[in-house]
Amino acid sequence: MRRTLPVVIALSIVGGGMLLTGVVENRYFYFATYVILQYIVLSTAWNILGGYTGYVNFGTPAFFALGAYTSTFLMLFCEAPLLVSIPAGGLISGLLGLGIGYLTLRLKGVFFSIATLALTVVLQTLIINWEFVGGAKGISIIRPVAIPFFRNYVQFLFVVMLGLAVGSLAIARWIEHSWIGLGLAAIRDNEEAAECMGVPTLRLKLFAAVVSGGLMGMAGAPFPYHISLIEPLSAFNLDYAVNSLAMPMIGGTTTWVGPLVGAVLLGTAQQVATVTISSELNLLIVGVVLVGFVILAPDGIVGLLQRMLKRK
Amino acid sequence: MFSFDLLVNAVVAGILLGGFYAAVSLGISMSFGLLEVANIAHPVFVIAGAYAAYMMNTAVGLDPVLTGLLFTPVFYVLGVVVYRIYYASFERKGEQSLRGLVFFFGILFIIEVSLVLTYGVDYRLVEAPYIGRSLLIGPIGIALRLLVPFMVGLVLTLALHLFLGKTFYGRAIMGVSQDALALRLMGADPIKIKTIAFGLGIATTSLAGALLIIIAPVEPSMGREYIGRVFAITVLGGMGSIGGTFVAALILGVAESLTSTFSGPSWALAVSFGILLLALAIRPSGLFGR
Repeated sequence: MRRTLPVVIALSIVGGGMLLTGVVENRYFYFATYVILQYIVLSTAWNILGGYTGYVNFGTPAFFALGAYTSTFLMLFCEAPLLVSIPAGGLISGLLGLGIGYLTLRLKGVFFSIATLALTVVLQTLIINWEFVGGAKGISIIRPVAIPFFRNYVQFLFVVMLGLAVGSLAIARWIEHSWIGLGLAAIRDNEEAAECMGVPTLRLKLFAAVVSGGLMGMAGAPFPYHISLIEPLSAFNLDYAVNSLAMPMIGGTTTWVGPLVGAVLLGTAQQVATVTISSELNLLIVGVVLVGFVILAPDGIVGLLQRMLKRK
Repeated sequence: MFSFDLLVNAVVAGILLGGFYAAVSLGISMSFGLLEVANIAHPVFVIAGAYAAYMMNTAVGLDPVLTGLLFTPVFYVLGVVVYRIYYASFERKGEQSLRGLVFFFGILFIIEVSLVLTYGVDYRLVEAPYIGRSLLIGPIGIALRLLVPFMVGLVLTLALHLFLGKTFYGRAIMGVSQDALALRLMGADPIKIKTIAFGLGIATTSLAGALLIIIAPVEPSMGREYIGRVFAITVLGGMGSIGGTFVAALILGVAESLTSTFSGPSWALAVSFGILLLALAIRPSGLFGR
C-alpha cells in the first residue's frame, strides 16, 4: 500500500489534468500553467544536484536549450513526434551533464559552477553558428494541427508538462528515500568524510548530474512547440538559471517539497507580475528576494515551517 | 587567405587585448585566487565601471581612464560592503560554497537588471581623442583604442605586483592567503586584511570597465561573456599569482585573436571555455601554481 499510494496519486493528478482540458477553455490558463509546471521540472531537476549534493549548477539554460534544440533538430530532420523528442532531449542533456561532471566534479565545487556558467555562453555560440536549426534569427515551428484525445495542441502540451512535473517530483522523492539520497546528503555535509566511509562520491555525483541534466533537457524538448518560434536568446535565457536555483532556495533545498513550493509561489507571482508590472522589474524582484532568502532564511520556506512546528 | 601580415597583426592585436584581459582578471585573481572567495559577480562590476565611464563622458566629457581612476574609491567601498555581508552571512558560518555562490549570482543579476532598467539594452560608447586612431609600424597597425587599455593593464599589473610584494598591507594579504590563523597569532586581524584585499579587487573593476568601453560599445548583459574568460585566466595563471595572471591573459588574448581572425569572431568565446576546461582537467593548479 505504501508503495502503490504515490503511484495512484501521481496517475490521478495527470488524469485530473486531462479531464480539466475538457472543462476549461481559456488558452491563457494553459499557457501560464505550462510555464509554472516547466519551472517545477527545472527547479526539481536543479535541486537533485544542487540541493542534495551542494554543487551549484548555473547552466540550467544550457541543458534546457539543448533539449529544446534536440527536439527542433529531430523535427526538422525526420519530423519526429514530441513523445520521441522528449526522451531524446533528456538523453542528450544527460550526456552533457555526464561530460561536464566528469571533467569538473572531481575538483572543488566552485569549478563545476564556473564551468556551467561558461557552458551556457559557449553552447549559445555554437547554436548561433548552426544554420540548420535557425542560427541567430531562429526558426518557426509548425505545431501538428490535430492530436488525438485533445481539443488542441496547447492542452496536449499542458498535460505533457504536467506528466513531466509529476514524474520529476517522483524521481526526486525516490532518490531522497533511497540509499542514493543518503549518499548525496553525506557528500553535501562532508565530502571527505563520506569518501573515507566508502561512499562512492564521484559516481553518486555523476549520477545526480546526469539525472538533473536529463530532466532539464526533457523540460526543454516541448519548448519549441510551446512558443512556436525558437531562437537562441529565448532558449538560453538567463532567467532559467536564476529561477531554477531561486525556487529551491526559497522553498527549501533538502526535500523534494521545497522546489515544488518555491516554483509554485515564485512562478505564480511572476506570471501575475509580468501581466501587471514590467518584466524587467519583476526579474529585479526575483534577484532581491533570492539574496534576501539566502542571507536571512537559508533553509527556505520549508525550513522555516519545520522550525515553527518544532517550537510548538 | 593565409598571409604573414595577417598573422602578425592578429598576434599583436591579441597581445594588446591580453593586456586588457589582465586588467579585468586581476581583481578576481585577488578575490578568488588569494582569498578563495568565488566572486562570480566580478564581471558585472566591470560593466558597472564601464557605465560610470559612459555617464561621466556624456555628462561632462571626462576621459574614460580618468573616470576609472576617480571612481576606484567608490568601487572600493562597494567591495568592502559586499565582502562584509558575505563574511557575516556565509564565510563565518562555513557555508560559503553553496549559498555564497548563490549570493554572488544574485548580486550579478540585481546589478545587471538595474543597469537594464536605468540605461536600457542599447549599446553605449564613449568619446576620447585616441579612439579611432592607429599607429602604423611597417605592415603592423596598432589601434590606439587597444594600445591604451594594454598600457593601463600593464601599469595596473605592475602596481599590484609591487603592492603585494613590498608594502605592509600587501604582504599581509599574501600572508592571509597562506595561513589566516598564523596572521591572527601575529596580532593582525585576518578579516580586516581580507576586506581590504576584496575591496581592492573590486576597485580594479572601475578601471577595467573604463578600458572595456574604450575598446568596444557596452551593454548590460556583456558581463556574462567575461565570466568564462576571467576564471580561465585566473586558473591558468595559477590562482592568485599576479605575474601569472598577466601571462595567462596574454595567452588567452592571442588565442582568441587568432581564432577570430582565421575562423570568425563568433568562435572566439569558445576558446576561453576550451582553455578553462583543459586547465581544469589537466592541470588545475595552472601554469604558475604553487
